[in-house]
Amino acid sequence: MSQLSSKHVIGIEHLTLDDIQLILKTATQFKEIINRPIKKVPTLRDITIANLFFENSTRTRISFELAQRRLSADVINFSSSSSSVKKGETLLDTVNNILSMKVDMIVMRHASPGAAHYLSERITAQIVNAGDGTHEHPTQALLDAYSMQEKIGDLNGKKIAIIGDIMHSRVALSNIFCLKKLGAEITLCGPTTLIPKYIDALGVNISHNIDETLQWCDVANVLRIQLERQNTKYFPSLREYALYFGVNKQRLDKLQKEIVIMHPGPINRGVELTSDVADSEHSIILDQVENGVAIRMAVMYLLANKHE
Amino acid sequence: MMSDAILLNGKQIQLTIERLSREVIESINFKNTVIIGVQPRGVLLAEKIHQRIFELTKQNVPFGKIDTTFHRDDFRRGKSLNAKITEIDFHIEEKNVLLIDDVLFTGRTIRAALDALLSFGRPLKIELLVLIDRRFNRELPIQPDYVGKIVDTIEKVDVEVRWANHEQEENTVLFIKE
Repeated sequence: MSQLSSKHVIGIEHLTLDDIQLILKTATQFKEIINRPIKKVPTLRDITIANLFFENSTRTRISFELAQRRLSADVINFSSSSSSVKKGETLLDTVNNILSMKVDMIVMRHASPGAAHYLSERITAQIVNAGDGTHEHPTQALLDAYSMQEKIGDLNGKKIAIIGDIMHSRVALSNIFCLKKLGAEITLCGPTTLIPKYIDALGVNISHNIDETLQWCDVANVLRIQLERQNTKYFPSLREYALYFGVNKQRLDKLQKEIVIMHPGPINRGVELTSDVADSEHSIILDQVENGVAIRMAVMYLLANKHE
Repeated sequence: MMSDAILLNGKQIQLTIERLSREVIESINFKNTVIIGVQPRGVLLAEKIHQRIFELTKQNVPFGKIDTTFHRDDFRRGKSLNAKITEIDFHIEEKNVLLIDDVLFTGRTIRAALDALLSFGRPLKIELLVLIDRRFNRELPIQPDYVGKIVDTIEKVDVEVRWANHEQEENTVLFIKE
């Protein structure tokens, strides 16, 4: 295997296990590169990539842009707040206008689930989904898997807990697909209202008890409570959520075992994760950010070579 | 496979490696030299030469590996994407670098290796050692400083160095007709 099976990276659901392993393996080489004195390779110097962010993002956009620049690609940035989208232009029109300026690849974040898939059927450029609503966020899942592997080795048979707002989280869905393909066992943990019905059909365990879940797992991937996506109240108060589902030092101290704590950021400190845990030796949150650049370099590098 | 011709057998390769190691010992400054093998197969030759130099002189020259994949000029032309490890755990700034590869053909791999190497710093000097020099097939102005054997071929013929995986096997250099 030295090629991706797909022309786009829309979601982990559509990647094969070989694809995932190729990306993870390639990322290792890129991680070495971004730790060199000169952190740049000329590989994508003839490629132009447009970053289309129809939804706010700091970390993902910076990470993608850095990855592109480290690969020597030409980069254009677009954010919907300062564009014609405000004037009522459709998604397809916006993208086609950008593509007519000879862009090879599009990295897109959009609030609507399926936006990346919709585009992939209508345009010729390659697409990397940087998050589509509550659907998928494939590069986040890949960097999570990479960071876990780096910490605890092969994920086959390992126990991973995904804790928090599963309902509104694209990270959760992509993580489930990715970790299942890599052979891990998954438990979702959170209040009943934030765990979608029938999600156990994906082959995951459900728990509503944080202490039991932490006791069970090797890695806890703690998700952000996405207040901006919650139109109604899913739990009485943030304080109550923190009390019943927040990961804090007292909970970890009770475990008396090794555990890895992850978070895709941005953290609501004191809600899903307390500061003393986020900044502790259990946490690999900043490794995740570093690995994100390497993973995104690998994804865009492999896709660019796929283009004919 | 019947038409493959053996260019160097195990014994001859061993002699060539011996000669190359002694040539290197003769001309390098041990205080200031590092050896870097080009991935994937240059590394195997580099390891053997590095080991032999150590046996002969008891000098442990810093040893590294470099992968050229991301610096190649044939990206998007259907070539393999499989990058190997780059491992250079020392500074190359102001050092003499002895770059080692198995076969020097068009010169494009070495061009990429030089490019990759320069992202680690500015060496004082870079020299090139190859086991096989196919001198009539060069596409870039690159010449080796140490040569095991010169081979003149028409382009359709592949020259491959096969390193033995275990002791029963023999290292060989082959002509392979495509």
